[in-house]
Amino acid sequence: MLALIPLFPLVGFLINGSWYAFGQAPAGCHKAGSKIPGAIATLFIFFSFIVSAFIFNQLLSMEPEHRFIEQVLFSWMKVGGFNLEMAFRVDSLSTLFTLVITGVGTLIHLYSIGYMSHDETPGKFFAYLNLFCFAMLMLVIGSSLPILFLGWEGVGLCSYLLIGYWYTDEEKAKAGKKAFVVNRVGDLGFLLGMFIIFWTFGTLDFTELKHGVEQAVHTGTLVADASVVTLICILLFVGCMGKSAQIPLYIWLPDAMAGPTPVSALIHAATMVTSGIYMVSRLNFLYALSPSALNVVATVGAFTAFFAATIAIAQRDIKKVLAYSTVSQLGYMFLGCGVGAFSAGVFHVITHAFFKALLFLGAGSVIHGMHEEQDIWKMGGLKSKMPKTFLTFAVGWIAICGLPPFSGFFSKDEILWQAFSSVHGSRVLWGLGAVTAVMTAFYMTRLFYLTFLGQPRFDEKKMVSHHAHHDDDHHGHDHGHSDHSVGVHESPWMMTLPLQVLALLSAVGGLMGIPHMSWLEHWLEPVIPGHEGAHGASLVGGVDPQMEWILMGVSVLGAILGIAVAFKLYRNLKGVEGLAQRFAPLHRALENKWYVDEIYEALIIKPLQGLAQVLWKCFDVGVIDRIVLSFGRVSAWTGQTVRLMQTGSIQVYALMLLVGLVATAGYFIYGWH
Amino acid sequence: MTQVEPWVILSFCAIIFFIGFTGVLIRRNILIVLMCIELMLNAVNLTFVTFSKQLQHMGGQMSVFFVITVAAAESAVGLGLVIAMFRTLRSVDTDEIQLLRE
Amino acid sequence: MSISPFFFYAFASIAVICSLFVILKKNPVASAFSLVLVFFAFAGIYALLDAHLIAALQIFVYAGAIMVLFVFVIMLLNADVPSFDMGRTHLGLKAVAGLLSAVTLGIFIWTFKSSAWNAALGPFTGDAIEASGGNTQVISELMFSEYILPFELTSVLLLAAIIGAVAIAKRKLSVGRSQ
Repeated sequence: MLALIPLFPLVGFLINGSWYAFGQAPAGCHKAGSKIPGAIATLFIFFSFIVSAFIFNQLLSMEPEHRFIEQVLFSWMKVGGFNLEMAFRVDSLSTLFTLVITGVGTLIHLYSIGYMSHDETPGKFFAYLNLFCFAMLMLVIGSSLPILFLGWEGVGLCSYLLIGYWYTDEEKAKAGKKAFVVNRVGDLGFLLGMFIIFWTFGTLDFTELKHGVEQAVHTGTLVADASVVTLICILLFVGCMGKSAQIPLYIWLPDAMAGPTPVSALIHAATMVTSGIYMVSRLNFLYALSPSALNVVATVGAFTAFFAATIAIAQRDIKKVLAYSTVSQLGYMFLGCGVGAFSAGVFHVITHAFFKALLFLGAGSVIHGMHEEQDIWKMGGLKSKMPKTFLTFAVGWIAICGLPPFSGFFSKDEILWQAFSSVHGSRVLWGLGAVTAVMTAFYMTRLFYLTFLGQPRFDEKKMVSHHAHHDDDHHGHDHGHSDHSVGVHESPWMMTLPLQVLALLSAVGGLMGIPHMSWLEHWLEPVIPGHEGAHGASLVGGVDPQMEWILMGVSVLGAILGIAVAFKLYRNLKGVEGLAQRFAPLHRALENKWYVDEIYEALIIKPLQGLAQVLWKCFDVGVIDRIVLSFGRVSAWTGQTVRLMQTGSIQVYALMLLVGLVATAGYFIYGWH
Repeated sequence: MTQVEPWVILSFCAIIFFIGFTGVLIRRNILIVLMCIELMLNAVNLTFVTFSKQLQHMGGQMSVFFVITVAAAESAVGLGLVIAMFRTLRSVDTDEIQLLRE
Repeated sequence: MSISPFFFYAFASIAVICSLFVILKKNPVASAFSLVLVFFAFAGIYALLDAHLIAALQIFVYAGAIMVLFVFVIMLLNADVPSFDMGRTHLGLKAVAGLLSAVTLGIFIWTFKSSAWNAALGPFTGDAIEASGGNTQVISELMFSEYILPFELTSVLLLAAIIGAVAIAKRKLSVGRSQ
């Protein structure tokens, strides 16, 4: 039964993939529209969602200690004493993830049918999307680290395939490559962490590992904050830095916006980037043993959140703002995990999946309606022209700003409270988080205002459909808006329905984690045990429980402050420009993302390329090639020299005979004498 | 010296043999080379006969009989070859016979 | 070995000197004639060693037939012009050849000198041969009884050699030559 969850999207991938490879890709074949491949893909992921819901239902009725379902498929690797099985295990944590992945995934698949309706190769797109879902599902329901890693790598691959989907544009292809390479750097840390886990504990299966760790703690072989555990945790976190875009490996995520918007929504908002948090939460028993590692996680998370928010303030591209916002929110999630509040991190994952996917899909709708325009300074006043998009985007906007009672408020506030009060937290961390929250409110409002409110800053008559000339190629191909080839228009129902569903979820999704009544925290107990700093208990660190409400009020006020400032500022666009002039160096730095990419280029990439050049010229060509060629040259030289013996003169040969005779006779005489 | 030791005769044979062998190695006229080969064969014949006498066994002399026969046949054919070769090379210099040369 | 040392050394020295002439003389005809003398000397030694038939055959076949053939060919090819090889062959090669031959010779002589006669003696003592009717009689009897097979084979060999020699040395008929 469990195997069905990843199996459905895999089958979808195979169907779409083979149909594309054999039926559409060869020249001269009839290109299919996006409806049928899209319908196939959406249907399969929907089936997966149904199975996930069914499993969730089953788990609901189980006792907490036994709240898991396992299924072993086959024995994958058997080397010496190491036996690795392809096995799935769904428990409280993974079932939430599967629901999010398949649920949000279905909505995004549906959306893509409309979004990719003018694309040349939708079959390929949907095949990749399904493959991605397969890999992501493998990641979350795997019962051991290698299977998680299998999914980890799989999503990395699909990320590359989908970011560079329009590979004919070199910039987009480069973005895909960048994503893959940076992910790989993180994966190195992940692999090293896995190796050390195996070396220390002898197993990679989650259940066995948990028992092994508990055993070790119980018998005292593993002291708290042992260096090996810290090392493991930090190495695994390096993997998270890559996959979940934390400093210093976040640089791929903004570039990944080169891919189609549904990809950004699915992969870079709702699912792939959350795999790091999944892994950390899954291994919370290891992280709990090492306060230093937790400290690292929290600090990196907080700092990333702050840093990315500063960059988001000055971006012009609608998707880039959302990308940096994602990096920032991921920072929040790691902040939550890093102060020991893993369930808060997971909560934020879920709510973030809702509103960020919503925001991305809304942005996609805007881009689609604006005929591929992405610069927010060229938008404005879309409120009246795209009402459904406007309303749903507004819901997402409020959610991410953290205003109650929308979901973002609950999850973000939980994290901030834990950062303040937890034994692993500190005021500094809370401070960073709070300031970031204000900045988040500010830049999201800026985005919202510039895109939807105010006066249009574009000439509508000049907005000619980019696909007007495609119509000749796609006869009988329903656009859904076939008579609007000029001007800005609302998107078709296939795109607005997912927006509406996600808006609903963003609005009410927070209810699962209301403080002191958190169903979510209770639900995750078997996997993530409650920790010091939990609600209600008197806290180590001497923080007054009353502070919680005070901090809650502070964060709401901060959000409102951010929103208000943005509204006031952007009402007067000339004033904004003046402000930008006055702080020109800072503004330039922010807009150029603190020149991080350029710094990396200079500090890391160029030296590496230089080193590669040196190694190539001096070592590979000079030494190794020489050695290999010299074998040939020596052989040739030997041949040439020995060839001199072939004089063709029989007398010389007879002389050789004599030489041989002397040698042999002499040898035997010598021996005989 | 009333007796000639057998080894004296045998070493005499050896001397002739190696004189012949040296001739094969150092002479460039193919006919002289063939003559030196005959010299070597003769030395061997004498060795056979010496042993035949020493061991009082006729096998040695019988062998010599056949060696002489074969040597005759071989020199006939060999000289025929020299004549045939001469037609192409126009010379009896062994240095001209270079077709085996790499 | 109860042979006369005087005759043996006499014949031996003639043989050695003449064989040296064979390899050292420039003129091929001179070499050929020296070789004939060598053969005669050998025949003498064969006679000393009671190998009378062999001695006779040596003169008939070797000195009488083979050497005549050699001289014919030398004359035919006008090779009696003294060859110029003595100066042009690589001197080092000749030195090496001579040296190695001398060394091997030394090894052989030393071997012969220090080896002992251990083989069983056969029945053909000098008196027995005399009693049987002489060397030729004995050889003939052996030839047609014990050694009949090699004898017949040599006749085939000679036939082959005759045909071969004729075939090889024959001038190829050129096209257009009238038959």
